[in-house]
Amino acid sequence: MSGDSFTAGTFSGSNLACRRGGRLVFTGLAFSLPAGGALILRGANGSGKTTLLRLMAGLIPPTAGHLAWSDQPLDDSDEHAAKLRFVSHLDAVKPALSVAENLSFWSALWSGRIDDAATLRAMDAFGLRHLATFPGRLLSAGQRHRLALARLLVAPAPLWLLDEPGNALDEASLGALTAAIADHRGRGGSVVVASHGSAFVNDGNTLDVGTFTPKTAVHWSDDADEESAA
Amino acid sequence: MNVFSTLLARDLKLAIRQSADSLTVVAFFAIATVLFPFGVGPETNVLERISGGVLWVTALLAALLSLDRIFTVDYEDGTLDQLVLTGQPLSIVVLAKITAHWLTTGVPLLIVSPLLAVTLHLPTAGYAPLLLALLLGTPTVSLVGAVGAALVLGTRRGGVLLSLLVLPLYIPVLIFGAMAVEAATTGRSATPELLVLAGFAVLAVTLCPWATAAAVRQAVE
Amino acid sequence: MKIANAIFPWAAGLAVLLFAVGLPIALVTSPPDYQQGETVRILYLHVPAAVMGEMIYYAMASGSAAYLIWRHPMAGLVAKASAPVGAMFTALCLICGMLWGEPMWGTFWVWDARLTSTLIMFFIYLGYIALGDAFEDPERGDRAAAILALVGVVNVPIIKFSVNWWNTLHQPASLSLTKSNMSGEMLLPLFLMMGAYGMFYVTVLVIRVRSELLAAKIRNARMSQIAGNEAAQAIG
Repeated sequence: MSGDSFTAGTFSGSNLACRRGGRLVFTGLAFSLPAGGALILRGANGSGKTTLLRLMAGLIPPTAGHLAWSDQPLDDSDEHAAKLRFVSHLDAVKPALSVAENLSFWSALWSGRIDDAATLRAMDAFGLRHLATFPGRLLSAGQRHRLALARLLVAPAPLWLLDEPGNALDEASLGALTAAIADHRGRGGSVVVASHGSAFVNDGNTLDVGTFTPKTAVHWSDDADEESAA
Repeated sequence: MNVFSTLLARDLKLAIRQSADSLTVVAFFAIATVLFPFGVGPETNVLERISGGVLWVTALLAALLSLDRIFTVDYEDGTLDQLVLTGQPLSIVVLAKITAHWLTTGVPLLIVSPLLAVTLHLPTAGYAPLLLALLLGTPTVSLVGAVGAALVLGTRRGGVLLSLLVLPLYIPVLIFGAMAVEAATTGRSATPELLVLAGFAVLAVTLCPWATAAAVRQAVE
Repeated sequence: MKIANAIFPWAAGLAVLLFAVGLPIALVTSPPDYQQGETVRILYLHVPAAVMGEMIYYAMASGSAAYLIWRHPMAGLVAKASAPVGAMFTALCLICGMLWGEPMWGTFWVWDARLTSTLIMFFIYLGYIALGDAFEDPERGDRAAAILALVGVVNVPIIKFSVNWWNTLHQPASLSLTKSNMSGEMLLPLFLMMGAYGMFYVTVLVIRVRSELLAAKIRNARMSQIAGNEAAQAIG
């Protein structure tokens, strides 16, 4: 890790609402994430954790409300995107490229130069060094996911958005992820983790997305009425 | 190293490692062209007359079959999400991918077209205009095709739908591409047709990356 | 929607009235053409259909633009509801063109520049409808189709220009469907039919937008129901 720290400020959202496929997933949702902070997203399946993460990444525009950096509402999605790294449940690993090539592509794309040292550090952090020349197609699901997590380290960005980052990881890799997040926060980086299980952070605010789901009474069919009565 | 060259280099590297994909497109171009003499008979005067049009139609169909390569794999494995989040203009990102598609599809089609033209008895005067027309027309084919390819991401029947969207939009390129060849073989100058094709390419390169970026953005939304 | 509800009975009434007056005049009482004879009557159905087919495409593209820029759901609905009507008018235009061509050209199909452009337009409508219908999430279909409509609107003039160029080089201008001079007696049925088609479009548009709104409501109710049940299970 290089010693540089982040000065991006507080990432926040206010009065956020999101409509997906005609349904209001959540409404009136607000959060504030200071530099070095952590936010853990909880909630049942379908409560909108992934939707909220994609909204935070700028992939989904909010139906209402806005995101802000240090209280400045963000108006340029590209500028926002440059400040974040997003790890979704899709690993974005190219089967025809080796582990090292996969990482150095993202390193070059984000930092604008080929940074072999950063690529090596990222591979070391997630125990991928011995697989460096292996093509992506030979990796197991867990190894592919570690490669996706290693992308976080090839080029620094202040905000990490992690969707179920512990999926398919073994004990050692869970430890590596916890260490990486602690180090990132130590340098003023912030992290949002959507997770059912361990959140990989010692202290952090918890946001239950399910509590922002609008509770509308639906009287659609007879058995719906029965269920709501029961 | 900027985003454009980094992404272009990666896509070319992937295409070389999976070169069977590009070769399949070229092979389709060849087999589809070779079907025509069986359909209309091997008489030289008939084949001569239709050679330019046949080569253009089969080249368009071959390019059409390769269009889903531009975005589908990246969409399915999550790379497209990451490419939207590079922090650089998305139109530059998609232009890099379109350029890679043209270099790995349009250029190979261009290279084998004279060989196929021989089998169709294309008159000698037609070769230069055919190559020039393909050189000016295939970038438009990749650019317009990319818009369609991005629009059908996540649909139930992407391939057939893509052809329905894109083929009507290819008609202008087909008209001027085939007429450039015809003009030269009937003793007229092909310059007007070639100029129009160049105009289409300029228009496509200014508008299509923008439309493709909009389509990609709504696909990952 | 209030405006739509207000104009709906007027549009429907006018459509019925104009068809009731226009069709007999166009098909029976108007004088035959000195050159085309009785065949000219097909033109009273053909020409307004061609105009409507194109105008509806531009209406659809404007609606799509409004939908994409301001995310106005109503504009998207208007665009979506217009497409099948536009496709129907282009199809009507093609059928009438073919029926007119048989006595005039001796064949049902000639690669006439206007007919060819209309045929391509018909395919573009089909693509728009198919794309809008191809997604599990109808909102994604609306957005994708809206982008396609805008791509199409840039292409329509280019296609027309290309087809004209191609047509003039390949065949000398023959007797065109609309080239003959229009006399005053011909203008009346043309205008009546044009008005009837226009009112028919408005009427069908309102009906289709209404049913689309209803379908969206049903979908939303179902989605909320699923979400509600899930939440109830999570609590219980």
